[in-house]
Formats: sequence, structure tokens, C-alpha cells
Amino acid sequence: MNAATETLRFVRAQEVDAAPPPNLVRGPLAWIRENLFSGPVNTILTLIALYLIYILFPPIIRFLFIDAVWTGSNRDACRPDTAGHAVGACWAYIWSKLNYFIYGSYPAAERWRVNLFFLLLAVGVAWMLWLDAPKRAWGAVYFFAVFPILAFVLLTGSDWLRLSHVPTSLWGGILVTIVVSTVGIVFALPLGIVLALGRRSKLPIIRIFSVIFIEFVRGVPLITVLFMANTMLPLFLPEGVTVDRLLRPLVGVAIFASAYMAEVVRGGLQAIPKGQYEGAMSLGLNYWQMNVFIVLPQALKIVIPGIVNTFIGLFKDTTLVAIVGIFDLIRTIEASRVDPNWSAPTINATGYAFAAMFYFVFCWGMSRYSIAVERRLAAGQHR
Amino acid sequence: MPTIAEQAPARASLLYDPKVRAIAYQVVLTVVVVGLIYTAASNAVANLRAARIASGFGFLNTTSGFDINQTLIPYSAAGSTYGEAFIVGLLNTLVVAVIGIFFATILGFTVGIARLSKNWMISKLAMVYVEVIRNLPLLLQLLFWYVAVLAALPGPRQAVNVGDMFFLSNRGLLLPAPILHTGARLIPAAFVIGIVATIVFARWARRQQEATGRQYPVGLTAVGLILGLPILVWLLIGLFVGNPITFDVPRLQGFNFRGGMQVFPEFVALLVGLTTYTAGFIAEVVRAGILAVSKGQTEAASALGLRPGHILRLVVIPQAMRVIIPPLTSQYLNLTKNSSLAVAIGYPDLVQIFMGTVLNQTGQAVEVVAITMAVYLTISLLTSAVMNVYNRRMAIVER
Amino acid sequence: MKRMIATIAIGLAASLSATAASAQATLNNVKQKGFLTCGSNTGLAGFGVPDAQGNWTGLDVDLCRAIAAAIFNDPTKVRFIPLSAKDRFTALQSGEVDVLVRNTTWTMSRDTQLGLDFTGVNYYDGQGFMVRKKLGVSSAKELNGASVCTQQGTTTELNLADYFRANNMKYEVVAFVGADETFDAYNAGRCDAFTTDASGLYATRLKAASPEEHIVLPEIISKEPLGPSVRHGDNQWGDIVRWTHYAMLNAEELGVTKANVDQMTKNDNPEIKRLLGSEGKFGEAIGLTNDWALRIVKHVGNYAEIFEKNVGSGSQLKIQRGQNALWTKGGLQYAPPVR
Repeated sequence: MNAATETLRFVRAQEVDAAPPPNLVRGPLAWIRENLFSGPVNTILTLIALYLIYILFPPIIRFLFIDAVWTGSNRDACRPDTAGHAVGACWAYIWSKLNYFIYGSYPAAERWRVNLFFLLLAVGVAWMLWLDAPKRAWGAVYFFAVFPILAFVLLTGSDWLRLSHVPTSLWGGILVTIVVSTVGIVFALPLGIVLALGRRSKLPIIRIFSVIFIEFVRGVPLITVLFMANTMLPLFLPEGVTVDRLLRPLVGVAIFASAYMAEVVRGGLQAIPKGQYEGAMSLGLNYWQMNVFIVLPQALKIVIPGIVNTFIGLFKDTTLVAIVGIFDLIRTIEASRVDPNWSAPTINATGYAFAAMFYFVFCWGMSRYSIAVERRLAAGQHR
Repeated sequence: MPTIAEQAPARASLLYDPKVRAIAYQVVLTVVVVGLIYTAASNAVANLRAARIASGFGFLNTTSGFDINQTLIPYSAAGSTYGEAFIVGLLNTLVVAVIGIFFATILGFTVGIARLSKNWMISKLAMVYVEVIRNLPLLLQLLFWYVAVLAALPGPRQAVNVGDMFFLSNRGLLLPAPILHTGARLIPAAFVIGIVATIVFARWARRQQEATGRQYPVGLTAVGLILGLPILVWLLIGLFVGNPITFDVPRLQGFNFRGGMQVFPEFVALLVGLTTYTAGFIAEVVRAGILAVSKGQTEAASALGLRPGHILRLVVIPQAMRVIIPPLTSQYLNLTKNSSLAVAIGYPDLVQIFMGTVLNQTGQAVEVVAITMAVYLTISLLTSAVMNVYNRRMAIVER
Repeated sequence: MKRMIATIAIGLAASLSATAASAQATLNNVKQKGFLTCGSNTGLAGFGVPDAQGNWTGLDVDLCRAIAAAIFNDPTKVRFIPLSAKDRFTALQSGEVDVLVRNTTWTMSRDTQLGLDFTGVNYYDGQGFMVRKKLGVSSAKELNGASVCTQQGTTTELNLADYFRANNMKYEVVAFVGADETFDAYNAGRCDAFTTDASGLYATRLKAASPEEHIVLPEIISKEPLGPSVRHGDNQWGDIVRWTHYAMLNAEELGVTKANVDQMTKNDNPEIKRLLGSEGKFGEAIGLTNDWALRIVKHVGNYAEIFEKNVGSGSQLKIQRGQNALWTKGGLQYAPPVR
């Protein structure tokens, strides 16, 4: 304004550095106070939590890492009396049996076929799950049509390709776990879609059959379905026709999973606005064209998290085939731990710990994926 | 080349008539399904005849010849039938399911609420619990509990002894068994009366509160009535007639315990496994339910001056329950169905006894499997029906 | 396209499931397939157990190999199907296996009511008990109040109930589906005693961390004649299985072994001549070649050899011959003559 006011400057020209906030408002101490000790109840809860952590985690870490035995060729390495120290997990045992856990008794010379199968499966799964992957429609064709045939020929063998025949009684371990869950998903999803469409059909008989099937299967435990597949399937077939022992639980698992899948898909179908159906019909599309080109692509996308969650359940449930005598991962572990060469106090726990890590890595990974997709879809809805 | 005269009339041909098609589809499906069932059934009949296996339900009256350790009704290999073995298995399934549901609900709600706790450590601990439990197969967890429970406990001779009354060993938990004398039946009767009285009082108290705003101590009265009444009856009978209940205390004899009541380790392992597993799922259901209650409700309740505990109990939970009930029901059913994994750890449930031993001894697969599945289906349908009624009552009543 | 899918589907189903077997022609069927399918135990040391590579060994397994040797002159042309106690009879009835050699007790009801025929006894067994040494028990009669681990779906479970009832003793039964789980539970201390066939007790004892801590009690509470079985109605096939076992017994009786069988063909003893096929046409009578027994002994051995190798002194089980000695040595193994 003018010169006179310029001389009357009480305002500081430079800014003073902000004083640090009191320790109790910001910083780690404040965070601790705010989140852990904000009141008497909270403090007690924190102390309880600390106590739980104290009694739970150190023994687990000691067992898995500190006291663990990493190398060794037989039980002497894992017995406290011969090893001379406290023994935790006996990883040497896992290491020596690893091939058996992965392939079962699959002939050693042919194990490259199993590895190739895992690779083909990984390609298919990645193609299906990566939402931005190129040509996802072809991915579906690959996963639900090409891959099953390839895998079947590869694993069982064929005279034509000079691949020796490997009977399913030699399969075992992670191979069987993966085969059972893959067959489950490959058959359950298409079957589930058909059942879901059937349940929403306007034709009463089709609807009734679908409802009966879905509710029946969902109302009984998987283990009874597996027992039924095991003991009753041979009864229902003509005399002299037998079903492979591995195929029986596969049929059971596929039937079981398809009923659950149907309910997931139905949720997606119900979420599609009526306008979509009407628009499709007004374009002159028939029932199948409408579903295949308009409704299902939208519905399935919504329910990807649901499908993945059902698959996680299916993957965990494959352990039940062990009860009907199929050599999945759990059963190979049970079979190998009775080996007298490896009889040591912690062998049981080590076997279970290994299985737990295997299942946890897969299931947790899939659940993370499903949460990520859910977020992405939710973001799409908000615009 | 068809001429105009040859072309179909305005009405579409039969092939393209939607009504005709609909009927045709349904007829085809019916024929296929009936055909499949017929083929399977006739094959089964032929196969059973070839294998010379009897049919019909007559086997239920045949003497079973095998023993079961945990029996809630009197049962012995010599005198009991397959039908009684079925009932033993069914009761064992129901017992573990009901107790499991009770504990899983408590644990599940606790963990679910803990996951939303403002206390960082509690919420993270709850999260770790939920993630670990949900991502491991139940069978693995059951085997872990069974093997862990067994391995950690001492043999019967070194059993953990609590006051010479309770003994914990790898044979399970031994408790004093009550022996009932004259008048003992009055005690459970008093218990039932206590419950009825509590319900009546709670209703009255609520009506009073709605009318006058005065609150009555419902919780304390309930404890007093339900626990106090039976104890009072017990004391009275004890004073005037003689102690109505004495206890048969287990004691070590030979290499095992005699007398008392035994809780089998298989039961404990199954119960713990089912409870912790289902609680992990219930926790997620509860969390989703609470999160579904809009924040405005909590804020409004705070603005009214309600304390956090009251907000949770009076405002949030009642609304969350509407979201929670349907998935909670399916978790209860899952627990019941999952109890069939008992077969892996030797707990004598329905599947283990009936689909296992009885099926083996008789070979009558069709009948046994049909009965077993019918039981589970009935449980499922009954639970759904009850829950639907409850759900309808809980649903939001719009003006 | 649709036809292609249908063809593939049928092909898949057929290759997984087609093992047709009609009542009369098991031998032709086996010859046509080029191998024998043999139902065996899922894993019982000494009788039928696969190693990690899927190679099978055991007394029952060797009987299957002997049948294959008699038919194909090649003991490796066998495919073993591991069967649980629950599934074994269904597998035989439905034609999934050609012969069931899975330490299976020959009982009247099984022989007459399940549509199968037992062809002989390749091991005389009986049910016994195993307990921990430190329990201080020396007889099964002292097991009053014990808890006993057993496998469900076996004759064992029923014999157990009978025995304790007959001796007026109390017990607590803990039953499991599989043999491994049963032994695991006993091993973990859940039970005082473990019961199964005596041979099985010796075999499972080896799985314990220190086998010397467990003892097998002297009482044998049941008769368990274990033998191979075939489908009812195919008598020619039954004859082949029956005489394969007898050929090995006769070979032992006549002193014919794996090592000396080639020289024995030049022996003048008419019994040996008839057995090894240089005299008579006994092999052709059962649909095989006349040197059928020669093949068996050459590739697999006589009964003594397979017994000692699998369960006797040459194995870890160290079971005495006992009832399984030849009738000439006070045992029960007795083969009709080849004549």
C-alpha cells in the first residue's frame, strides 16, 4: 500500500520450522498408545494378545526352523538320542521322499510327462485367470477341451504316440491332488452352468430336475458321495464293465462340485438386469445365442470370485479322496511315514507341516487373487 | 425351388413353435433321466443277484456282532441289532454337531468382532487365525488335532489327576459319573422350570421397559433362576430325603480306568477341529454382517449417547443379524456335514458305523447308502425350513 | 464337430473303463490282454507291498507272479491293483481283477454268498494280539478292561467281540478304516492292544520305531485260512489258480527248486517228470502248456522258497513255518499229486 506500513512489519519473513508434534500425538509411541493402549479394556486385550503370541509363535518357529533338521539320510539324523540335540521338523525326511510326494509311484523314467502336464496346466490356468490375457476365449477352449485330452493322453499313455501305458494305480501324491481338483473344475464349471440355466428355466420339468439334483448333492456330505461312487458305481454298470479306481472319486468330485458351482453361477445370472435378456431377444437371438453371447459373459465375470472360492473349497476337499483309498498328497504322506527307516518322533508333525504349507500356499494365493478381482470389478461398477 | 403356394402358412412350422419345442425338450429330458435311472436300477438288481447279496431292510433287525466305544443308548455286540447301531451312529453325529455348533458360534462371533477391533494387535491376530484356518483342508486339521492331542497326552498310568476326580490321559477325559437316586428327576425338572420362568420374566421385563422405561436385571435373574432353582431343589432333597445324586469316581485299575464317564479323544479331536474350522468361516460371516450395517447407524447411536457396548448389542448386531443368518445357517449345515470326516480319526459317527462297518458286514450298499443320505438330507431340509421361518421373522418390516 | 466330440468321449470312456469279463473265459481274456490283473493288499509287508517305485513283493504277490509265469512264461506280466478290505470282493465280482490274492480269510459265507470261489489256502493264519512289553501282560486273558485298536469291515472286528464276550471280559474298541491308521493309533498310545491276523502283527510290528518294545501274545483266537479266490462259475480258471499253488507245494515236496529245476527235468523220478511236463499232458488239460509247472518253479520258485524269502528267515518278519510246513513235516500244507 504505502511506505509507512512497510516499516511496521511484525510478521516474520521466514517461516519457522514446525515444532515436532508431542510424542503422544504422532510417531510410533503415539501409534502404540492409540492402537494398543487407549483404555483399560484395550490394554487388557493387548496383553492377552501378546500372551497368545508368546505361547503360540516361538514354539512354531523353533519347530520349523531353529531345531529343524535339514540334511540327513535316515532316521538317525532326526532322533534326539542319536542326533544329540532337540529335534524339530525333520525336513531331511521330506527331502528324501519328495519325489514320492509329487509323483507317487509314477515310473521314474516317465516323470517328464507329469512335469509337462503341470506346465500345460499352468499355461491354461494363467490364461484363464489373467483378465487382460490375449484371446481369452481361446484360453477357455484350450482349458476345457484341448487340455483335458492332452493331459489324459500324456498321463495314461498311448500306443500311437509311443508313450508307455501308466496305470492310475501308480499315480500318487501332488499329481493326484492336482488331477482330482483339475478334473473337478473342468467338468464342474460347464455342468454347473447348465444346471444353473436349468434351475432358472421356464420349463417346469427341467427346473424340477435341476433343483432336485442341486439340493440333493448340496444336502449330503462329500464323503458319502465318494463312498457312493466307490461302492455303488460298479453296481449300476452292466456286469463285466468296471470303472478305473481313480475315475470313481473323480466322478464323485465332479458331481459334487457342479452343484455348488451351479449356485454360484445362478447368483451371477440373477444379477444380470432384465433389460439384457430383453435386448438380446429383441435382436432375434434364440435361447442359446442369448445366453452364450450376452448373458453368460457378463454373469460369469461377476462371479469369478465366487468360482475361485468354490475352487478353493474343492481343492481342500480333494483330501477326502484319501479316505476312499486314493493316494493323494495326504495319503502318500501317511504311507511314507510308516517307513521304519524314517521312524522318528517328529515325522508325523513334519509330514503334516509340509502338507499344510502346500495347501496354504495354493489356497491363500487363490483367495488373494479372488479378492483382487473382486476389487477390480467393484471399481468398474463405481465408474 | 418352392413356389409361394408351397410355403408354410403364416403360422410357424411345428419345429419352430416355442411351445412344441418346450414340451419336446422336457419329454426328451424325462426320457433320458428315467432311462438312466431304470438302466442303473436294473443293472444293480442283476449285479446284486449275481453276487447273491440280499436286499430289503430286514438286516436292520439282525444282530450286529461288533462293538462301539461311544454309545449314548445301551448297546452291546451280543444283543443289539444293526438298526440300533444306526441309532448309536446317528446320535453320535448329532451330539458332535450340536456341541460343535454351540462352540463354533461363540468362537466365531468373538473372532469376527475381534477382527473389527480398534486394537491393532487383536485384529491382526484374528486375521491370522481366519486366514490360516480357512486355507487349510479340514481333514488335515482333524489329523493334526487327533495326532497332536494324542501325542501330547500321557498314558493312563501317568494321567493328569485333578483332585482324584478328573483324569486326563490319551484315553480321553474321565469324569465322575452321576448316579441318580430318589427324587433326582426333580432337578432337571427344576432346570426346565427355571428356563421357562426366565423366558416369562424376560418378556414381562421388556414390556415393562417399553411401557415405563424402567429396566430390570434380566441377565442376573436368568442365572439365578436357571442355576439357582436346581441347586435349591438339590439341597432341599438332600436335607429331607438324602443326597439324590452321588458320583461314581473313575479309578485306575489294571492298566485302564474303571467307572466314571469317559470323553473319548476321538470326540475331543473332532469337536475341536470342527469348532475351530467352522469358527473361521463364521468369523468372516459376522464381519461381513457388521460391515453391512451403515456407519450412520453407529454414529447416530453415539450421538444418542449410547456406550460402545450398547451400540454393538442394541443397534449393530440386531441389524447385522439379518445379513448374518442365511450364511450362518449354511455354516451350521456345513459343520454337520463335515462331522462325517469323523471316519478319518475313528470317531463312531453315522458314516463310520453305518456306511463303514454295517455296509461291510452286510454288503447291502444300496440300502445303507440310501438311509445315510436320507438322514443328512432330512437334517439339511429341516434346518433350512426352520431358518427360513426365523429369517422371515427377522426380516425388515416395512411400513 | 459334435460327432468328433462324441467319438472322443466314447474313446475316453472305453479306454478308462473297458475290462469286459464273461463268466467262462477268464483265461482267454487274460491271454488276450497280455497280462494278469491281480487284486492285492494296499501294503502288508511279507504278503503284498509296493515300494516307492511300484515294485511289488510278498507271498501273495509271488502267487500272482507264478500264475503269470504259468500262462505267459513271464512272471512280470501282472498288474497289481491295491484293494482295501472294503473293496476287494466288489473288485473281483465286477471283473476288475482276474484273481484276488489279498490275505483273505476263507469263510463259508464268503465262499457261498458272495459269488466267488476260494481255490486253496496259501497261508494258515489266526487272529492274535500285540501289546507293549512294558504293559506287563503275557496272555490275552489278562486284557480285561483294555482298549483295543482294530480295522473295521474285517472278520477281526467280529472275532474280537466274540472273544471278549466268551471270556467275560470288558474292553473298549477303537475302529479305523485303514490298517495304517489303526496301527498309528496303537503306536501313539491310544490303545493297549492291537489286533489282526498273527502274520499281520509281525509285519506291522516292523513299522514301530523300536519293534522289540512290542510283543505278540501267544493266544490265537480264530482260524484264518488265507487263500486266493476267483469268480464263481469259471472252473477252468479256478483250476489254474488252484494248481499253481499245488505245483509249488509239490515242487517243494519233491525237492525241485529254482536253482535245480533245469537239472531236475532229466531226473528219472516219475513224479518229478509228471510235474515238470516231460511225461503226460497235465498242462494242456487246464488250458496251458505242459511245462507250466516248470515255468512256475523256474521263474518264481517252490513254496518253501517264496515263504522263506517273503515271510520266513530270509525276510525281516522271521515267521516260523509252523502250520504252514508241509504235511510231511507236521504242517497243514498238503497238495494232491499230479497224476
